[in-house]
Amino acid sequence: MTADATPALVEDKQQTAAGPRVRKGSAYPRYLAGKVAGAAVSLLAVLVTSFFLFRLIPGDPVKTMTGGRQVSAEQLAAYREEFGLDLPLWRQFTDYCGKALTGDFGTSYQFRAPVVDKITEALPNTLLLTGTAFVLYTVLGIFLGTRSAWRRGGLGDRFNTGLALTLYSIPSFWLGLLLIIVLSVGIGPLPGMFPTGGMESGGEEGFAYVLDVAHHLVLPVVTLVAVEYGQTLLVTRSALLDEMGSDYLTTARAKGLRDDLVRRRHAVPNALLPTVTLIFINLGRTVAGVILVETVFSWPGLGGLFYQALSVPDLPLVQGLFFVFAAAVILMNTLADLVYPLLDPRVAR
Amino acid sequence: MGTNDQKRSLPHGLRLVALAGAAALTLTATLATPLDPAPRQARAADDGKKVLTVAVAQSVDSLSPFLAVRLLSTSIHRLMYEYLTNYDPKDNHAIPGLATKWEPSPDKLTWTYTIRSNSAWSDGQQATAQDAAWTFNKMMTDTGAATANGSYVGNFEKVSAPSPTKLVIELKKPQATMAALDVPIVPKHVWEKVSDFSEFNNDKSFPVVGNGPFVLSGYKADSYVRLKANKTFWRGSPKFDELVFRYYKDQDAAVSALRKGEVSFVAGSPSLTPAQAESLKGADDIQVNDAPGRRFYALATNPGAKAKNGEKFGDGHPSLLDQRVRNALFRAVDREAIIDKVFRGHAVEGEGYIPPRFQDYFWKPSADQKLAYDPAEAARLLDRAGYKKNGDGKRVGKDGKPITYRVLCHATDPNDKAVGKYLQEWWGELGIGVRLNCLDNVTDPWLAGKYDLAFDGWSVNPDPDFVLSIHTCGALPATPEETGATDNFICDKKYDELYARQLTEYDPAKRADIVKQMESRLYDLGYMNVMAYPNAVEAFRTDQIKSITTMPAKAGNIYGQDGYWSWWSAVPADSDGSSDNASSTGVVVGVVAGVVVLAGLGAFAAMRRRATAEERE
Repeated sequence: MTADATPALVEDKQQTAAGPRVRKGSAYPRYLAGKVAGAAVSLLAVLVTSFFLFRLIPGDPVKTMTGGRQVSAEQLAAYREEFGLDLPLWRQFTDYCGKALTGDFGTSYQFRAPVVDKITEALPNTLLLTGTAFVLYTVLGIFLGTRSAWRRGGLGDRFNTGLALTLYSIPSFWLGLLLIIVLSVGIGPLPGMFPTGGMESGGEEGFAYVLDVAHHLVLPVVTLVAVEYGQTLLVTRSALLDEMGSDYLTTARAKGLRDDLVRRRHAVPNALLPTVTLIFINLGRTVAGVILVETVFSWPGLGGLFYQALSVPDLPLVQGLFFVFAAAVILMNTLADLVYPLLDPRVAR
Repeated sequence: MGTNDQKRSLPHGLRLVALAGAAALTLTATLATPLDPAPRQARAADDGKKVLTVAVAQSVDSLSPFLAVRLLSTSIHRLMYEYLTNYDPKDNHAIPGLATKWEPSPDKLTWTYTIRSNSAWSDGQQATAQDAAWTFNKMMTDTGAATANGSYVGNFEKVSAPSPTKLVIELKKPQATMAALDVPIVPKHVWEKVSDFSEFNNDKSFPVVGNGPFVLSGYKADSYVRLKANKTFWRGSPKFDELVFRYYKDQDAAVSALRKGEVSFVAGSPSLTPAQAESLKGADDIQVNDAPGRRFYALATNPGAKAKNGEKFGDGHPSLLDQRVRNALFRAVDREAIIDKVFRGHAVEGEGYIPPRFQDYFWKPSADQKLAYDPAEAARLLDRAGYKKNGDGKRVGKDGKPITYRVLCHATDPNDKAVGKYLQEWWGELGIGVRLNCLDNVTDPWLAGKYDLAFDGWSVNPDPDFVLSIHTCGALPATPEETGATDNFICDKKYDELYARQLTEYDPAKRADIVKQMESRLYDLGYMNVMAYPNAVEAFRTDQIKSITTMPAKAGNIYGQDGYWSWWSAVPADSDGSSDNASSTGVVVGVVAGVVVLAGLGAFAAMRRRATAEERE
């Protein structure tokens, strides 16, 4: 038995040693194909949902569009034809899907402009605001989360987590208004230093324009960072705390590595998985903008556009924006799925 | 150590990035302070231009006068293009615009307008009767061009321009509103190149050719609309060089912008709230204008929605078809309390349909006719109508079920919700339940007639034809599937007869008398309970605007006037030092704050470096 057992053990070891490499090589493309296919199916589901979901809103789009104005039957018929609303539902659906696949989401009822134009007009503004905030609160959250976990229970940890929880629970519009009063209008001896709203003063060009936009960017970014960094901090802290009792860290310390290096080179990379998930989810949400912050600071982004579209309701615009928002989340989740195996090869098995 | 240093490079880089980010933000704060659009900039920019900045909340739907229907867009068109006539800011009567005079033929079917010869388009070409004729004809023949103002030409038979100064409009039947055609006249030589009027938004190429007091010179969606003064405007150039409408989606932020001096004027949407007005009253260099409004604020009942073909639809409560019930509801609304508690005094108690600022048409009920607040009388009326209380104290309908009215309200209007709460209390004491149905989009249930009562309100024009027309049988939809111009499906034969008479009465005094009879009829019918005339509460900076014309001139409003008087007449204040002093203090403090933060960051980095050095040792 003993003689029989030895080769088996050796064989097992060989399989184990070779296993991950062999499986990684063969499993990752399959894993990748699966995730991409899943994303494509999700996108199709979103396309179908976006068409039918908003048609559940009661009422006639043309009546809504022309509400309050005298409109002849001929003009109503012309509107229905113009927007394709005279066609049977299945034809509207196939037309919608066919056009959507080519990037055409129709014409906005209220703005009489292609939906794609309205979205591409507002998208860069949202990306600038939420993208800048995203980078800052992610870096800040990971940095402070790591510090807090490493010195858990200390004054710094208690202060950091307390402040993060407090800011995270503050409504962003309230914090925004507070910042406007304090840093924009000025209070007491503190004079106003930032614009109260908008993205630009208008009329500037070249570098002056860049500075002007940067100036307008400060308060909304500070608001977003203040409210959002806490989440990253807490997730990073929690993940790192889970890792801190691990044997490999004791081994690393036993090797004589500095505490700083043990944290950065060994503990943090292993604790990053949940944080990466959060980062990608936040990145997806970034496209949707932050409606309340955009409203308080009158930022001309997708959030405000979505609110306007819903309040009419402007069906083509609502559908187009819904698709963009959902597609961004799906895309980012898929990217996160594709990145996981690089951080932890076991995920792709 | 060498290895350690190499390993440190990435985190160190990250730290640098973080520091750079923080420093960039701080620097932006300090660098940007001089760029800060502070009061001095609103008054006089660096190049010496006088700029008047107005805070607005509403998005531009279109800059094409053929498509735009929103207040902001149509107000901008008033500034860009001359209309045939304008309204006197003193008393709202029609005065010359592009037309210098106008007169009807003896048979009342042909109107001849004399077009002024001193109005030029901003590209230098003369504005003529041909431009006006082309504008009207385009609206009559192109459904796209009729989108916004098609109703104005609905009764037109033919429009022609026999000469550059003569415009002739032939009507199908007489109408008294021919001096109130609020249609922007556009330059034919520019607009005849447009191929599809339903899609052309007039917002890509600047400056836009016009002949009004201002020329549209720039636009960025939901950021700003920029107009420059038309130096050759026939009535005289505006005193400000530029007029900028800036977006503030949050009204509190707009008020903050006014406090700071970033904007010269704020009106809210449509008014500042009582709290905002109170907070601004004591502020330096700010004047609150609490003017009688042009709106009425009403509670409308569903009189049983129906189409012109007689087909009924919707689901309005049948008890509301009884005039005694409607009058009882009227009498159970304490309008004084609404003025005091909801509007905090920034409104006038409602009576007739047209607000008192339009004196020619203002009507109020006599003492005998008035349905004053009297809950006891309201209860008696309901008893007499057969809607008695059951054992639970609830009034029951003919079907034996307790009556609960669905009241349609605007989710975005806090006044609706507040008044709704009072209705629940007042009508609850009568034994009637109230269920508030507050929605962002009230249009759909409204047009479908799926409500019992609804909060209603309209801005009234100097010529009241429109707000009167929306209660005629002719405004009902042709079929339940179509849209009419009706407000609440009211259809009353006597009211219609009066409406037809006033429309063909060219004598102003006689017409006003008929209009008052219509208001009286509407009051008695009880379909519309006008609860208040909300004031137009707005504010402006006196250190930026020295003077500005209100409409009416005595105690009137500034924003949303019938005409371009406010912005055309605004006189810039002389630059003085007060706001500049505050602003320069801001620069100094901003720079100091930036230096302190940068020093703090530097110290932090140094401490970190020392800590790692100690670790190394």
